[in-house]
Amino acid sequence: MNKITNNKAWFLVLPVFFIVAISAIIPLMTVVNYSVQDIFDPQTRFFVGTDWFRQVLEDSRLHDALIRQIVYTGSVLFIEVPLGIGIALTLPRKGWGVSACMVLLALPLLIPWNVVGTIWQIFGRADIGLGGYTLNLLGMDYNYSQNPMDAWVTVLVMDIWHWTSLIVLLCYAGLRSIPDAYYQAAKIDGASNWAVFRFIQLPKMQSVLVIGVLLRFMDSFMIYTEPFVLTGGGPGTATTFLSQFLVTVAVGQFDLGPAAAFSLIYFLIILLVCWVFYTVVMNAGKREEQ
Amino acid sequence: MRFQKRHIALLVYIVFLLLPIYWLFNMSIKTNTEILGAMTLFPDNPTLANYATILTDPAWYSGYINSMIYVGINVVISLLVALPAAYAFSRYNFTGDKHLFFWLLTNRMAPPAVFLLPFFQLYSSVGLFDTHIAVALAHCLFNVPLAVWILEGFMSGIPKEIDETAYIDGYSFPRFFTTIFIPLIRSGIGVTAFFCFMFSWVELLLARTLTSVNAKPIVATMTRTVSASGLDWGVLAAAGVLTIVPGALVIWFVRNYIAKGFAMGRV
Amino acid sequence: MTWMAWTPITAVFFTCIFLTLIGMGIWQAISPTIPRRGFLPLETTRGDRLFISLLGAAYIHLGFMVVSDASIWIASIIALVWLFLVMRWG
Repeated sequence: MNKITNNKAWFLVLPVFFIVAISAIIPLMTVVNYSVQDIFDPQTRFFVGTDWFRQVLEDSRLHDALIRQIVYTGSVLFIEVPLGIGIALTLPRKGWGVSACMVLLALPLLIPWNVVGTIWQIFGRADIGLGGYTLNLLGMDYNYSQNPMDAWVTVLVMDIWHWTSLIVLLCYAGLRSIPDAYYQAAKIDGASNWAVFRFIQLPKMQSVLVIGVLLRFMDSFMIYTEPFVLTGGGPGTATTFLSQFLVTVAVGQFDLGPAAAFSLIYFLIILLVCWVFYTVVMNAGKREEQ
Repeated sequence: MRFQKRHIALLVYIVFLLLPIYWLFNMSIKTNTEILGAMTLFPDNPTLANYATILTDPAWYSGYINSMIYVGINVVISLLVALPAAYAFSRYNFTGDKHLFFWLLTNRMAPPAVFLLPFFQLYSSVGLFDTHIAVALAHCLFNVPLAVWILEGFMSGIPKEIDETAYIDGYSFPRFFTTIFIPLIRSGIGVTAFFCFMFSWVELLLARTLTSVNAKPIVATMTRTVSASGLDWGVLAAAGVLTIVPGALVIWFVRNYIAKGFAMGRV
Repeated sequence: MTWMAWTPITAVFFTCIFLTLIGMGIWQAISPTIPRRGFLPLETTRGDRLFISLLGAAYIHLGFMVVSDASIWIASIIALVWLFLVMRWG
């Protein structure tokens, strides 16, 4: 669509600009200020330059949390995206089943994140939870509050339970935009299921999939609430991801300087990934228009 | 045969989705002795006592009221500021528009944990700590960009000729916007409100940090119970079920728009 | 404003960023940018190049702190060179 160039449009954007500036720019400036000082109270503070950054960058707890985070986010994407596509393909295209499936699938998305944690806490406990009880009955020694591996897997399964629906709904929206004529043409050509998927369905899902991957990447990269409720980051540090680590440093130990320096590094990672995705999506959009 | 297999996979997945929710519900209508005493798939003596506890104890139900208040304020603010901005983004080119749009998006993507400390200091210094408006404003950080993003998608789907015809007919911008344009994107506004509601409703970290007593949200009340007593599973489960209800109601009303909303709204 | 804990150096830093943004706005008003291809693998406008160079500069500083204990000003000089390269030929 051709847009008119008109700088008066800025007036329409101003309210948003101000409200987001208050909630984003001022805090961000504050974080930068904190990150270069050692602060005891607002009057007693010393300029320390880049010391906090160096300390944080060399902190092995941060490295561990970062590695855990990357492995976790990788696993989330690796499982949820193919699973989501698969489920989207099995959804009925018309009839009463569509609405029913939509409602059931969207349900986990609207549960408050801490309640998701609570649900899995209750479900997974070996003494009172159906899931944990069944696993133990089957002879597995499962206990998410003792065994790091169990805790990690539980957090992962919880995320799959919580968020795969998002990918399903996005893919389904993409699939619905394919005209029936495409499928008929494919049938006449005798195309295999795989060919239909590869050359008709996948291209149509591409743009929504990129958005889905972006959202899942971002949200799993800043996951906090669910593991906090379920495991509290433990046992040990098995499920301490970046946000959890940051909150521990900032609120738990009230180390303003290191927490701020860490926040900035965290923010820069997000900014880079976000920009790369955004550029890819926008360029793909431009190519489509041409 | 192929149909059979497909549907079995779907069925298995939906059972996987519903089982934990069922278990929560199951717990909420059991007594604590039964929860801790025996593993039962169905409650022996279904009871509503847990729900009664929540609905009569101010410590519990005030949490729901607080959450509702700040979520409501947040949805209203988000929509009011996002509507004109989304219109500007969908209709005009202006200096720095693409960068502004990207910057807004980064706020949707940024981890709230990063903003936690400054927010605490900011709202404390202006005396808004532990008020509903503080949480509502803090949630604007991610909800306003989201609302702009979704609304821009819907508005771009409305042909520009409609605007031009209206201006030729002598409509002023505010009159055109409120009487013609907003009714046209009703469903878009509905979807946007739905997502603003959802993200404000489910957020815990900021809501918990910015409140202590007067505006304490239900999500914070629940985590406190977990860490403090850790025993009253029945009440906790009942509180969980009650937090699912508003979301489930909202889904039911927008069920036909969900798929469309997800695709167009680019949530 | 005491809670924001300003220090001279961060104040100068943000003033520079702020002035740059205003400057870019004025420059855009005087002679609008034309998207072009430089050595970066995508078509960029002036604003895009500014963003890329600033983000790059931040990563240069971080990377420098990881690999070396020398003064951070060396990283700043590298970042300035990078900024110039991207703005001119990016």
